[in-house]
Amino acid sequence: MTTVAATGHLAHAHHDDRPFIRKYIFSTDHKIIGIQFLFVSLFFLLVGGLLAMQMRWQLGFPGKPIPGGGILPDTMAPGGVILPEYYIQLVTMHGTFMVFFAIMPLLVGVYANFLIPLKIGTHDMAFPRINMWSFWSFFAAGLVMLASLFVPDGAARAGWTMYVPLSARHDLSGASLGQELWSVSIILVGLSSILGSLNYISTIINNRAPGMTWFRLPLSVWSLFITAILGLLALPVLSGAAIMLLFDQVLSTHFFDPAAGGQALLWQHLFWFFGHPEVYILILPAMGMVSDIIANGSRKPIFGYHSMVFAIVAIGFLGWIVWGHHMFVSGMNPTLGSSFMVSTLIIAVPSAVKVFNWMGTMWRGNLKFTVPMLNATAFVAMFVIGGLSGIYMAATPVDMFIHDTYFIVAHLHYVLFGGSLFALFGAIVYWYPKMFGRMMSERWGKVHFWLTFIFYNCTFFPMHITGMAGEMRRLYDPNQYTFLQPYQPMREFISISAFLLFATQLIFFVNFWWSLFKGKKADQNPWHDNGLEWSLPAPAPHGNWEKVPTVYRGPYEFSHPQAREDYLPQYVKLPTDREPASAPAAAH
Amino acid sequence: MHWWLPPKASTFAGPIDGLFIAILIITGVAFVLVEAGLIWFTIRYRSRPGRKAFYTHGNTRAEVIWTAIPAVTMVALGLISNHYWVEIKGRNSVPANAYPIGIHAKQFEWQITYPGPDGQLGTADDFTVRNQLHVPVGRPIVAHLSSEDVIHSFYVPQFRVRQDVVPGMEIKAWFQPTVPGTYELGCSQLCGLGHYRMRAQVFVHTQAEFDAWMKQAAQEATQ
Repeated sequence: MTTVAATGHLAHAHHDDRPFIRKYIFSTDHKIIGIQFLFVSLFFLLVGGLLAMQMRWQLGFPGKPIPGGGILPDTMAPGGVILPEYYIQLVTMHGTFMVFFAIMPLLVGVYANFLIPLKIGTHDMAFPRINMWSFWSFFAAGLVMLASLFVPDGAARAGWTMYVPLSARHDLSGASLGQELWSVSIILVGLSSILGSLNYISTIINNRAPGMTWFRLPLSVWSLFITAILGLLALPVLSGAAIMLLFDQVLSTHFFDPAAGGQALLWQHLFWFFGHPEVYILILPAMGMVSDIIANGSRKPIFGYHSMVFAIVAIGFLGWIVWGHHMFVSGMNPTLGSSFMVSTLIIAVPSAVKVFNWMGTMWRGNLKFTVPMLNATAFVAMFVIGGLSGIYMAATPVDMFIHDTYFIVAHLHYVLFGGSLFALFGAIVYWYPKMFGRMMSERWGKVHFWLTFIFYNCTFFPMHITGMAGEMRRLYDPNQYTFLQPYQPMREFISISAFLLFATQLIFFVNFWWSLFKGKKADQNPWHDNGLEWSLPAPAPHGNWEKVPTVYRGPYEFSHPQAREDYLPQYVKLPTDREPASAPAAAH
Repeated sequence: MHWWLPPKASTFAGPIDGLFIAILIITGVAFVLVEAGLIWFTIRYRSRPGRKAFYTHGNTRAEVIWTAIPAVTMVALGLISNHYWVEIKGRNSVPANAYPIGIHAKQFEWQITYPGPDGQLGTADDFTVRNQLHVPVGRPIVAHLSSEDVIHSFYVPQFRVRQDVVPGMEIKAWFQPTVPGTYELGCSQLCGLGHYRMRAQVFVHTQAEFDAWMKQAAQEATQ
């Protein structure tokens, strides 16, 4: 089939003979960019985890020196004892790293880049160079944020939500350069997301393989598509707000300074107008990839494919009109509280529909509990808890009591760790062979899964209880309050569970690195899946296909009565299949 | 350590706890159904030799049912919640006879201004006490909340009342204590490095005790 090579840049579909630096560093290959995002954001996941461990030490064992904490400078922890001003930096930077530099790039940076061209059947992104810039501005943002931990006054310390005037006025926060670097880094990370989103949207609209109609797209691609739209529209708001904040910090403007006529609540409106779509950016891709994995693991078509698509789209729309539920007790007009409550409760409906459809997919299936399937099932089980606990906060009178307590800390970790991170553990194992040509260890994957599942629940479930008792977030030492002192044993239990949870992740890291060099060589289609990416060798070559495959059906035709195997790939032509009338877009 | 909500000490606690329990029942049912279903499926439909999956793309009736039930439940919950929300936080919710107290938050203390013997804020007999909130039982209190510097949040868990205190705004929050005793007022919005120690004591007195305290405190303040 070498005649196809005449059509241009796909000539080098098997072979990238560019020099090392263009191939692996300043690469424009979507798969390499995805892998770059993977390595860098796994590193930031580790950083975020280390910050959390220090927080948990202080909460579990307040005032005691951290073992090995002597290496921390006296401005953070003299003699290993964490200072209050360091503690709030830990709180702030843990949230910042996890949201902007770990979960978001892991889901979107890695999997939108890696999966979209492979799953829709194209050679690369629509704009490969823009894609490269998306990675490098993310990388620069990460370096700036990392550097801010080491500046003289310390890192940003107003919480990852960076409420003004605390974040805008250095005399009130006690930090200066750290706060400014936070704003600079967020502007860069916004740029990265905007560039990336632009690319994902263009690619999905224009570059689908012949026969890949909208309703033959895998749900992972659908969710990444809606995520990209949310990103393209939400991140400019954050970037704009961060620019205003930076101006307040360094140019003495007063957008957010009430003492000079500014508005403190303006920041919250801008931040959450971005922040709530962001919540869905952090969960939709996870839902999409989990849908792919659950259909595969159940050997059944996804139950209610169209409802699943409509639910993703509905979440994408409703996500724009719920931001005020972060502000019920902020002093915002209480009548607005009523309308935000209703929209928030309604957004529970598409989430519920998705859960029921995942269960419908598993119903009467032939469930194969591979490591990805275990993690995907845990995603459903844990996301349900996070979704249901959200209803308490949506009901405004109850929110008045549990807002800003550990109840909401439990809620958001059930969604972001129990949801997004379990989905990611599944996705990393699932697409690992297509990235690196080797399999991760199944046995250690299972050990990692079960230990994570247990310690994760031991860490976060008790936070519901301390939240119900009224324990406020972001307290350096809750024992200052008499009514919170009896809960110290529970805080200690949470901390010990958190340390074990962190230690368990070492299994994952070792498995990841060991398999990179020593893992079992992967077959072309190790999970017997239907997606187009499995028609490629493992690892997928540069340029993907010489000639893009033609698509004959949807992505979830498992256990099809006409097929001999229990799967029927999208690219396999049955005698009854007709060629698609025309390609949806001129295939180059 | 008890595994439940704090003791009730204001008129808001009844409806808020009631709503909490209602949501606990609704979410509890959903939780048990989903988790039990998942566990049952993982056992019942696990792969065994010779097992074949049932080929289906879904069922429209099932989709309609499991869309409609959550939708109706959520709208009903919204209507009930809103009823209480309007009573607690609505624009016109503050009772006319509410006893006014000025609460000014600053890094990292609560400055509490009492109206003095005349019961009016903004008059010459007002006096201010740091980190001590004294209120009479059984009477609506309206706190006039203001901030010196950053955003703080007024939170008394036993009263189930919380309101952010925002610089540049004066926000009114009301509550009616029901049980005499001492409680803690905490800041629940990160306000800087001393956030964790920004607390005050709350004393709920009987009316007679409160009057006596007021007389004495006003005297001490004028000295």
